[in-house]
Amino acid sequence: MTLPGARAGAWAAAAKVAQRRRRAEGAGRSQSPVTASQRAALYVHWPYCEKRCSYCNFNKYIPRGMEEAAMRSCLVTEAQTLLRLSGVHRVESVFFGGGTPSLASPHTVAAVLEAVAQATHLPADSEVTLEANPTSAPASRLAAFGAAGVNRLSIGLQSLDDTELQLLGRTHSASDALRTLAEARGLFPGRVSVDLMLGLPAQQVQQGALPAPDPELAAEMYQEGRAVLREAGFRQYEVSNFARNGALSTHNWTYWQCGQYIGVGPGAHGRFIPQGAGGLAREARIQTLEPDSWMKEVMLFGHGTRKHSPLGNLELLEEVLAMGLRTDVGITHQHWQQFEPQLTLWDVFGASEEVDALLQQGLLLLDRRGLRCSWEGLAVLDSLLLTLLPRLQEAWRQKTPSPVPG
Amino acid sequence: MWPPARPSWWRGHALVAWVTRAASPGLPRPPHGRTLRAAGESWGLSRHYSSAERKEKVDMSRFPVENIRNFSIIAHVDHGKSTLADRLLELTGTIDKTKNNKQVLDKLQVERERGITVKAQTASLFYNHEGKQYLLNLIDTPGHVDFSYEVSRSLSACQGVLLVVDANEGIQAQTVANFFLAFEAQLSVIPVINKIDLKNADPERVEKQIEKVFDIPSDECIKISAKIGTNVESILQAVIERIPPPNAHRKNPLRALVFDSTFDQYRGVVANVALFDGVVSKGDKIVSAHTQKAYEVNEVGVLNPNEQPAHKLYAGQVGYLIAGMKDVTEAQIGDTLYLHKQPVEPLPGFKSAKPMVFAGMYPVDQSEYNNLKSAIEKLTLNDSSVTVHRDSSLALGAGWRLGFLGLLHMEVFNQRLEQEYNASVILTTPTVPYKAVLSSSKLIKEYREKEITIINPAEFPDKSKVSEYLEPVVLGTIITPDEYTGKIMMLCQARRAVQKNMVFIDQNRVMLKYLLPLNEIVVDFYDSLKSLSSGYARDKAHTIGKTICERLKDSLPRQLFEIAIQAAIGSKIIARETVKAYRKNVLAKCYGGDITRKMKLLKRQAEGKKKLRKVGNVEVPKDAFIKVLKAPSDK
Repeated sequence: MTLPGARAGAWAAAAKVAQRRRRAEGAGRSQSPVTASQRAALYVHWPYCEKRCSYCNFNKYIPRGMEEAAMRSCLVTEAQTLLRLSGVHRVESVFFGGGTPSLASPHTVAAVLEAVAQATHLPADSEVTLEANPTSAPASRLAAFGAAGVNRLSIGLQSLDDTELQLLGRTHSASDALRTLAEARGLFPGRVSVDLMLGLPAQQVQQGALPAPDPELAAEMYQEGRAVLREAGFRQYEVSNFARNGALSTHNWTYWQCGQYIGVGPGAHGRFIPQGAGGLAREARIQTLEPDSWMKEVMLFGHGTRKHSPLGNLELLEEVLAMGLRTDVGITHQHWQQFEPQLTLWDVFGASEEVDALLQQGLLLLDRRGLRCSWEGLAVLDSLLLTLLPRLQEAWRQKTPSPVPG
Repeated sequence: MWPPARPSWWRGHALVAWVTRAASPGLPRPPHGRTLRAAGESWGLSRHYSSAERKEKVDMSRFPVENIRNFSIIAHVDHGKSTLADRLLELTGTIDKTKNNKQVLDKLQVERERGITVKAQTASLFYNHEGKQYLLNLIDTPGHVDFSYEVSRSLSACQGVLLVVDANEGIQAQTVANFFLAFEAQLSVIPVINKIDLKNADPERVEKQIEKVFDIPSDECIKISAKIGTNVESILQAVIERIPPPNAHRKNPLRALVFDSTFDQYRGVVANVALFDGVVSKGDKIVSAHTQKAYEVNEVGVLNPNEQPAHKLYAGQVGYLIAGMKDVTEAQIGDTLYLHKQPVEPLPGFKSAKPMVFAGMYPVDQSEYNNLKSAIEKLTLNDSSVTVHRDSSLALGAGWRLGFLGLLHMEVFNQRLEQEYNASVILTTPTVPYKAVLSSSKLIKEYREKEITIINPAEFPDKSKVSEYLEPVVLGTIITPDEYTGKIMMLCQARRAVQKNMVFIDQNRVMLKYLLPLNEIVVDFYDSLKSLSSGYARDKAHTIGKTICERLKDSLPRQLFEIAIQAAIGSKIIARETVKAYRKNVLAKCYGGDITRKMKLLKRQAEGKKKLRKVGNVEVPKDAFIKVLKAPSDK
């Protein structure tokens, strides 16, 4: 399935205009009128890389005689199938991740976006992010992605030290990275993010076998890094995400707020209610991992969903808790109520001695706004959750006594 | 390094005649459930019997006494006893020659994991030698001192033993202890030098040691490699030629020794018996000399090594017997069985189980009390040598005080609770039983006897009311390179031990024998011995304090605050370690594809956290208690 070029550019062109307008009005999260189960974020996985990086455990492959047209057609088909299945009315963000999606042709990106815009409402100011690698993304190519509808770039910088970059097995140098960053900022002003790593091991490490980072040193670097970024005017809106001038990633925010998301492409994960098939419960979904098998399945069935399992109410609440606390806002009472109208945050956590100890230690806050981590607490969230999750489970058990017949 | 034999009781410095041996009627073994039998079939029970034929009963009358040999293999831990048993089973066609034949007689999971034999097992081998069909009964013995009573009972069913010695390590303490058990039982001893394929093997040196220590001419040693099979066949010939047939008579009335017993959920007690006289078959009425209870025999048979029913068992033979006994205590090891109305003189040496090591056992979480209770009940059903008393502790809540034959027995029991019943427990430092001769008439009245046994330190009577305390002692054998002799003698002296003997077994190895109070060796004697030979010695309190602090530091997980660990004598701090607080414990990246895995991980960790015990604010994993209370042997 291919789309005529002119048609493919239509959404992108409209989007360009809308974005200029949006920037002029100032960034702000658009509150959509449709209900939560009618919206979703869309993740598109491009599974190929130029080479393997020593640290990366993502689902990625080195292409061998890959036919992009076939891949493109499958991504489009699966996006259409899953959007129909989800029954969503509106897609609020699209994220092209990988792998190295900047290795895909801008045409592929445009085709997917066009298919989404046709299948559902994709507002012109939706956030459309592309992960880009410095070497695979010269300025001209980045511009072409922009023309295809991408309006935000996430650059895999990782480090600005050539030795470290080599150790990681990256194909770019520090100067490549800085050049790409400058070009990206020119093309997508105010909408560029970069990935950086901390806790990298010392240089004399053999290739291919990176040891785990030293926990003490990594903790030190983390605290130092947070402090530096705060000084520089960045808001730490999540455990490892920092933004200036309100340029938060809408797409990632959806994950931490437990919004619906649809995963398209080999190994992509999703969380949505299959309303199109009459489903009522949210499902955790995962697509077939290996690109060739995934493509075969998409061609046969229209999608490559390998596994879908319904999430129980408690399971969903556990995710709301664990993900929500990763953000600086935490879990507001209103947010919690959307998922659990009966048990309030006070009911669950208010009377627990163990939780109280965490509040006393200043690691956690529970007040009129909701439940959230303190600055110190955020760094040890996983330890806090080991107290909070069992507390939630217990409260849930007390709330729902064993079902009485009749 | 030091297997003490024969625990006895010690009054001051004089040895008291009140001698006891740890007995172990039903030691741990899984019930002969369906799974086990199925596993047996996969071993290829025999090349000679198809599964249909196997149901047919064996006619054992074709093995007259002169064609029977009953023997055991005895060895120090790891000298290759079980591997040799596997080879013998293969050679005689009892099991198939497959790669899976690793320690076929070791049925328990703990046995296979630890490479030790806890439970005596038996296998009847059919072997053709010079045109005659022989019945060779291999009675496998437990390989550890804790079970020396079991060893001695197993040996009493034999006329000879294979004494296996590692060609590299030479004679070890357990070799000596086992040899003397066999020697006292007047058995023929065939020395076997194993592992001659090893690089550092020195069979000539070991031959000389055997000559020196056991007074056996060096040309009697058989040199083999059980692992690769070298010369193993000659062992079977030696068994036939050098071990006498049992001195037994079919015409006499039945006299059978119970040398092992297990519990089967469906059939009751399965007793392993050796017939000294007479014949036994299904339908016979038999009586236990110990309990005087009568039973009707339901089934007899031989172990191959799995049960194979036979028409009858005859004098001199070894097999199993099922007779509607409901409880392993009804078929205690060492007991004699005879025909109803034809009583015989019981075989000598019977002793009831006598636990010598006691420890408190508590559920990690009090809500698990009932589950643990039922797990202990089930496990003791198969191991009547474990005694159980209810106990409670201020710190650990309600629990039990359990009595074991020894430390290994205790560990095995604990491990089986964990592996087979998924129970998690806290085990306290083991102690030994004491006796007190009371002087206060009020107390004597209360206890209704003058001499009482105390198994719980919390119940120790005050010395103003006691005229004398008694403690158990053991005879320990230590074999060491001679350069450590001085240090070891000092260590033993510090542990109130009395030297009984000292011999050079070769040019640079010394064998020492000591009478040691059991209490002095039950926790960390072996560690101290080992640290001596690594040349490590320090002020004792300081060393212990430091070690415990370090162990705690290694076993306490990081928490949200700093934990200071201090060892103190009174108010004086003698050692300190710190567990730093977590400064960062959060998964760095967590996007759509990470959530499922992340939640799984968190929930597993939260489950694990529930198993921790809170002491004050500090969460302590269960194994931290054990690591601190127990002396690990690998340090």
